[in-house]
Parts: sequence; structure tokens; C-alpha cells
Amino acid sequence: MTAPGPRPVRTSPARRRTPRPGGRLAWPIAAVAAIALALLVLPLVSLVLRAPWADLPRLLARESVLQALVLSFGTALAATALCLVLGVPLAAVLARASGWPSLPRRLLRAAVTVPLVLPPVVGGIALLQFLGRRGVVGGLLDDRFGITVPFTTGAVVIAQVFVALPFLVFAVEGALRTADRRTELAAATLGASRWQVFRHVTLPLVAPGVAAGAVLCFSRALGEFGATITFAGSLPGVTRTLPIASYLAMQSDPDEAIALALLLLAVSIAVLIGLRDRWLPGVRG
Amino acid sequence: MRRHRAPAPVLALAVAAALAGCATGGTPEPGSSDAAPSTVTVFAAASLTHVFDVLAERFEATRPGVEVVLSSGGSGALAQQIVAGAPADVFASAAEAPMQTVADAGLAGPPVVFATNTLQLVVPAGNPAGVSGLDDLARDELRVALCDDSVPCGAATVDLLARQGVTAAPDTLEADVTSVVTKVVLGEVDAALVYRTDVIAAGDAVEGIEVSGAASVVNRYPIAVMTDAASPDAAAEFVAFVAGAEGRAALDAAGFGAP
Repeated sequence: MTAPGPRPVRTSPARRRTPRPGGRLAWPIAAVAAIALALLVLPLVSLVLRAPWADLPRLLARESVLQALVLSFGTALAATALCLVLGVPLAAVLARASGWPSLPRRLLRAAVTVPLVLPPVVGGIALLQFLGRRGVVGGLLDDRFGITVPFTTGAVVIAQVFVALPFLVFAVEGALRTADRRTELAAATLGASRWQVFRHVTLPLVAPGVAAGAVLCFSRALGEFGATITFAGSLPGVTRTLPIASYLAMQSDPDEAIALALLLLAVSIAVLIGLRDRWLPGVRG
Repeated sequence: MRRHRAPAPVLALAVAAALAGCATGGTPEPGSSDAAPSTVTVFAAASLTHVFDVLAERFEATRPGVEVVLSSGGSGALAQQIVAGAPADVFASAAEAPMQTVADAGLAGPPVVFATNTLQLVVPAGNPAGVSGLDDLARDELRVALCDDSVPCGAATVDLLARQGVTAAPDTLEADVTSVVTKVVLGEVDAALVYRTDVIAAGDAVEGIEVSGAASVVNRYPIAVMTDAASPDAAAEFVAFVAGAEGRAALDAAGFGAP
């Protein structure tokens, strides 16, 4: 990269062709874009085309499917609630960290970002080293209190929180950064305590960001697979969530796997519709 | 900031090349003869991982220019992958049902049963929970891992437990036998049911416990050349090698029974 230096300001705006929004793109760009779009859309279209529609009610009414559905929604909701409780304060700290020295600020941001870019199965292995029976903390819990964390529904929730929390934190942090500080200042001037300002001014101000973060967090938690199967295992009704049930069904009953995949796809689309454009400025159409 | 023109034609070419690569990657090279270097892609049951690693190396040593690529996993998953078009030359399954799935799709040549396996209890070294028999799998306070019944070791587990009248209280049902063994090696579970060969392969980290009735539930391992194998000759040679004397010796050492 060349260092940006002072450059002569062009006084004449004389450019032969000014690209207009909505103007035509060079054809190779359009062609590659079409390939990219096909790559994103065609697999899902094929899933819908190949779905065993006639058998679907029977497949989805299976005890194993209902069990996985209930477990998945229950754990994803619990994980979202935990993410809200833990994530909003972390987002507040992160938003304020802009005034910190560079090193701790960057470390904090990196710590929140890592689970976002980490393969979930690595998260599962790490959680096992942390909370497993012979883990750094899990070993103590097991020895002293007889608490074993892996292979429990709680472990599923912990795995989901691990992978989903950054989504909530960054959504809320973004909202906090762009929120108008003056209302907070006004409230503080009028004698509100820091807690009152946060509770009655800041939070309502960033509510759309919190809601968007929560929905993203929920859909990420619902889709969690790698960390869950590694850390929590796979027992029907206890730890076998929809994605794990779908993966296992693929071994013996592809039709059931497709039915489960359709179910997850439907939930994802419902989440998108729920979000629409107002909560997700980044994907506003 | 300096603005660059997007090198669109370059991008388009790169994408086209990538797609072309996808299209031709799995198909056999035309005109490949015995002299040309060839690759045998072997899809093998998770329980065969270690012994096939050894066998592949010995096979390669005797046949210069032939390379064996192993892909191991749950037999059911491998069968589904092959049916879905995975480029397998040889499939070795831990039971006859997954091989039947592949045969039903018209993709498997005639299978040969080359090994058998039975189940064993496995516990972490030192047996911290004092496990002594199948009945211990019903103890609620123990952490127990079993194979899911969608994979051969799980089907054998269900069969064995039913025959012995034990209602197990598992804490996890894993997608392949190696995942079960790993949970024991890590000490995350107190007991598990796996193949006797897995107990041997896991070495000192675990202890095996013979269980009554295990001999009555025998998994038979079939192996077959795939009908659309990219290098059918080398594939057939590998199958003959596994089913032959050298294969037998390695399988014996790993604890597999004779067919």
C-alpha cells in the first residue's frame, strides 16, 4: 500500500462517464455475480425440490423429530436469554473501550471476535478442556461438587452461548456507538444515576440493536452443531438438537434428514422475515 | 485512495477454472494404464481406520506408483456419500447393511466378507468408576457413551443389550465408534461399548472388559470394488490384498476375527 499523501485537488469534474447508481455493470461482473447467486440459491432450491412432501407430515410428527425440535427451541431460547444478560454489559464495555489504550482495547475486541471466526468444533474441543471432567475448571467441579457439565442440556446451552454471544455483542455495540450521547448527558445533568441513565435512556435507545442481536443470536444458537456434538454429545431429548438429528438421520434415513433440514430452513426464513430491514441496517435491500 | 479497475475478466476466468476443476476432479483419467500412477480411494468404516492405515502403507510399498487414499467415518455416512456420488473405488463397511445400501444403488461389485468384530466394554485406564459388566451401563450415576443405532456398532450394541436384558442409561449416542472411544480416552465417560479392536487400538489410555454374550453378536465386515471405480484394477488388487494373507495378518494383529 502506498502512503496516502496530499494530492492536488481536481477542480474540474470533467469525467467522460460518471457511473450512475443503477447503471449497467461490465458483463463479466454481472456474469460472476450470477454464478455467485446461483451458488447461494440453487442448493436450497434443490432441497425444497427433493423434499419428500407427501411423507413430510409423517416424518415431522416422529417422536425423535418433535423431541429435537422442542430441545432445539428450548436451548436456543435459553442461550439467547443468557446472551442478552451477559452480552449487553459486554457490549457497553466494548463501546466505551474506544477511550482505552490500544493494547487492552484490541485484546478485548479480539477476545470477542475469536469465537465468531473459529470453527465451532474448535470451540467444542476448547470447552471440553475447560469444563470437561478432566478440564481446567470442570475437573474442580467434578471433584469438589460432583457436577459434570458435558453431556447435559446445560452443556448444549453453554456451547450455543459460546458461538452466539459475539453476534449479540457486536449488534448491541454498533447500536451503542451510533446512539446519540446527548440524551444520556441530559439525563445525567438532570440528576439521574449512571444506572438510571443506562436503564431508562441508553437501553431504550439501542432497543432495535438489542432485538436484532437477539434474533441473530437465536438463529446462530439454533443452528449450532460442531461445538455441541463435541462438547455436549448427542442423546435424544437431552442433547440431540435439530442439526445433530439431521446429521445422524443422513446416515440411515436421508428423507428424515431432508425433512429436518427443511424445518431448519423454514425457521431461518421466518427469522429473516421477522428481522426485515428495520433491525438489520447492514442487509437493508 | 487510489481506485483500481476491477480485474473482472481475470475473476471470471478464475471462477470458470474453479468450476471446471470441480467438474473434472472426480472423473477417471482417460487412458490410464497399469504403468501410470494411480490412486485408490478407499472408504472404510471408522473401526478400520488404524488397520487400514497400516495395510495401505504395505500395499503402496509393494506397488510403486499406486497411492491409497483413505476416508474413514461411520459406515452409514460413507454409504450415503457413495450413493450421493463420492469418488470411492473401494468400500469397506463395518456391517452388511451399509454395503447393501450401496449395492441397491447399483454401485457396489460383489462384496467379500473379510473380517469380523465383537463388542467389548471399555473404561478409562484405572477404571475409576469400578465398572465390571454390562449391568453397570444401567447405572444412572455413571457417564456412559454408546454408538447411535444408525451405525453398525450401535446396531450391535442394541442387539447385545437386548440379548442380555440390560437397559442402558447412555449420556451420549455418537455417530461413529471412534468418537465413542475418544470420549473414553479423554476420561469424559466412565464406560462405553465399542469393538474389541478399538480397545486394542486405543492402547494404554483405556482398559477393555470382556462381557458375557459378546460372542453372540458378531459384526461381519464386507469389502467391495465400486462399479464406477476410477482405477478398477488397482482397486481389485487392494481388495485382494486386504482379503488375502497379508491382510489377514494385520487384521489378526488388530484383533479382528476371521470371516
